[in-house]
Amino acid sequence: MNDITQNQSTATPSSVNLKKVGEIKVTNVSKTYGAALFAKEVLKNCSFTIERNKLTVMIGPSGCGKSTLIRLLAGFEKPSSGTIEIDGKRITGPGRDRLVVFQESALFPWMTSHDNIMYGPKARGENTQKNRDQAEYLLEKVGLSAFREKYPPQLSGGMQRRAELARAMINNPDVMILDEPFRGLDCMSKELMWEYYSGLYEESRRTNFFVTTDIDEAIFLADRLLIMSNIPGQVRAAIEVDLPRPRRLAFVFDDDRAIAVKMEALAILHQEAMKSFSGGSKAAADFVEAYSKRSGGNGTAGSKEPA
Amino acid sequence: MNIKRFRKELFSRSKLRAIIAIFVFLALWELGSRSNEWFGFTPPWIGHVPAPTAVLVAWYALLGDPGYWQSWYLSTLRVLAGFFAAMLIGIPLGLFMAVNKTFNGIVFPAFEILRPIPPLAWVPASIIFWPTQELSIAFVTFLGAFYTIVINVVGGAKSIDVRFFQSAQSMGSSQWDVFRRVVLPATLPSIVVGSAVGMGITWEVVVAAEMISGGGGESGSGGGLGFFIWNSYVGGSYEQIVVGMISIGIAGFICSELLRKLGSFFTPWLRKR
Repeated sequence: MNDITQNQSTATPSSVNLKKVGEIKVTNVSKTYGAALFAKEVLKNCSFTIERNKLTVMIGPSGCGKSTLIRLLAGFEKPSSGTIEIDGKRITGPGRDRLVVFQESALFPWMTSHDNIMYGPKARGENTQKNRDQAEYLLEKVGLSAFREKYPPQLSGGMQRRAELARAMINNPDVMILDEPFRGLDCMSKELMWEYYSGLYEESRRTNFFVTTDIDEAIFLADRLLIMSNIPGQVRAAIEVDLPRPRRLAFVFDDDRAIAVKMEALAILHQEAMKSFSGGSKAAADFVEAYSKRSGGNGTAGSKEPA
Repeated sequence: MNIKRFRKELFSRSKLRAIIAIFVFLALWELGSRSNEWFGFTPPWIGHVPAPTAVLVAWYALLGDPGYWQSWYLSTLRVLAGFFAAMLIGIPLGLFMAVNKTFNGIVFPAFEILRPIPPLAWVPASIIFWPTQELSIAFVTFLGAFYTIVINVVGGAKSIDVRFFQSAQSMGSSQWDVFRRVVLPATLPSIVVGSAVGMGITWEVVVAAEMISGGGGESGSGGGLGFFIWNSYVGGSYEQIVVGMISIGIAGFICSELLRKLGSFFTPWLRKR
C-alpha cells in the first residue's frame, strides 16, 4: 500500500505535456437494433459533450444503452442517425485516438503483464527505449512491478484491471473510454482501484469517459457527471462535481458537497427508475424500493414498506 | 508442512496402489493363462492368451533382435512423417479457413465430404496412387491426424473473443500483426489438443495400414510393428503378438507424453502457477 502514498506526491497535474485534445461531441444520436416490428431503439436523440481534459462519468440504470454508446464512440458500430465528432472530425471507425477499456479483462492471456502493456507500442513499430521506460514506469505506478513476468490468469482480478489501465495509458490516446472497468471486483479492491485510477488521471489529465452503474464510484472519480435516462437512452442531467483533487477515500465521502451531489444524482435516477417501474420494468423495482427506504418512505412504488 | 507431508503420503499411496493393481492384474492373467497347465481347465478367452511370464521371455529374446527394433524404427518413422505432414498442411489450412470466409466456403464442403471416410478405407486407393508402399502408408497416417488437426485449429481460431480483436485494433495493430500476435497464440492451445488427439489416431492407423499392406516391400521396406504383429500371428508365435501390442502401447505413450511436454512449453500461460 506504500505506493499509493507515493502516488500522491507525484500526482501533480503535469501541465507541461498536457494534450489539449479529445473533445467528443455527440449530436442527436439514435441507435436502433433490428428492423420493423422487432426494432429496438436503444438510443434516441442523444446529445452531450465530453469535455476535453476532464474525467466525465456517465451513470445510468442498467440496460440504458451505455454499452451501445461506448461501441459507437469507439467506432465498432455506427449510429443509425446523428453524428459523433472528436475534435471536429467525424468518427467513422475504430481509431488510435480513442482507446477502450472493457468491462471484463481483455488482456491477452498469452502475454505477460509487461508484454501486454508493450502490445500497443510494438504493434505500431514503436518499441523504443522511451516506451520501454514508460512501460516500467506504468507497471510501477499500478503496483505491478513484481508481477511483470506473470500471465493474466496468474493475477488477481484487481491486478488484471490495473494492468489493463496501464496497457491503455501507454498508447497515449486522446481519449480513454472505460466501460464499467471495475465491475465485479469486491468492495475493497474496487476502492483501491479508484485511488489508482484517479491517481493516473490526475497525473495525465487526459480526456476520460468512464461509464458505471455505481454512484459512489461516479462521484469519487468524476469532474463531470452525466446521468442517463431509461431506454431509449438520453442524457437527463449533467452535474459538475467540483471536489478538490487529488481525491482520497478518507475524505471524499465525508465531504458535504459530495453528499449533496450524491443526493441530487440519486433523485434523478429515482425519477428514471419510477418511470420504467410504472412502465412495467421489474429491474427498476429494487432501486425504487431501496430509494424509498433511504428517503423515509417517500417512494410510492415501494410496496413492501417497513411496518 | 503438515499438508505437504500428507500430500507426499497420499502420492506415494496412490503410486503404491497403482503398482499393486498392475501386479494383481498380471497375476490374474498368469493364473488364467496357466490354468490349463495347472488345473486342467481352460477358462474362456484368457485361457488362450499367452502368459505374462511367457511374453517376458519372448520379449527378452527379441531385445537382441535387430528385426524387432527395425519394426519400431519403421513405425515411428511413418507416424512422424504422417504426423508432421498433417501439422505442416493442417495448421495453415485451418488458420486460413478460420480467417478467410471465401476460402472457407470453397474448401469446407469438400473437406466435410472427405472427413467421414476412415483413413483405412484409403489404404487400397493410396497403394494405387502412390509410387512406393512407404509413401502410401505415410499418406494414410497423414489422413489420420490431418482432419483432427484442421477441425481443432478452425474451431480454436473461430472462438477467439471479439474483444481481443477490438482492443488490438484500437491499439493500432495491423491485420498481419493481429494474426501473428493474437490469432496464432490464441489458437495454440487448440493446436496442441488437436495434435495430441491426432497423434493417437496416427498410431492406430499406422498399425492397421502395416497389417494390410504387408511386409513384401523390397530392400527392407514394409515391416513395422503392425506387420510384426501380423507376422507373429501368421507364424503362430502368440507371445510375440502380445509383445508387439505392448510395444505399440509404449510407443504411443511416449509420443503423447513428448507432445504434452512440448505443448506445455509453447503455452506457458496455461500452466499452473
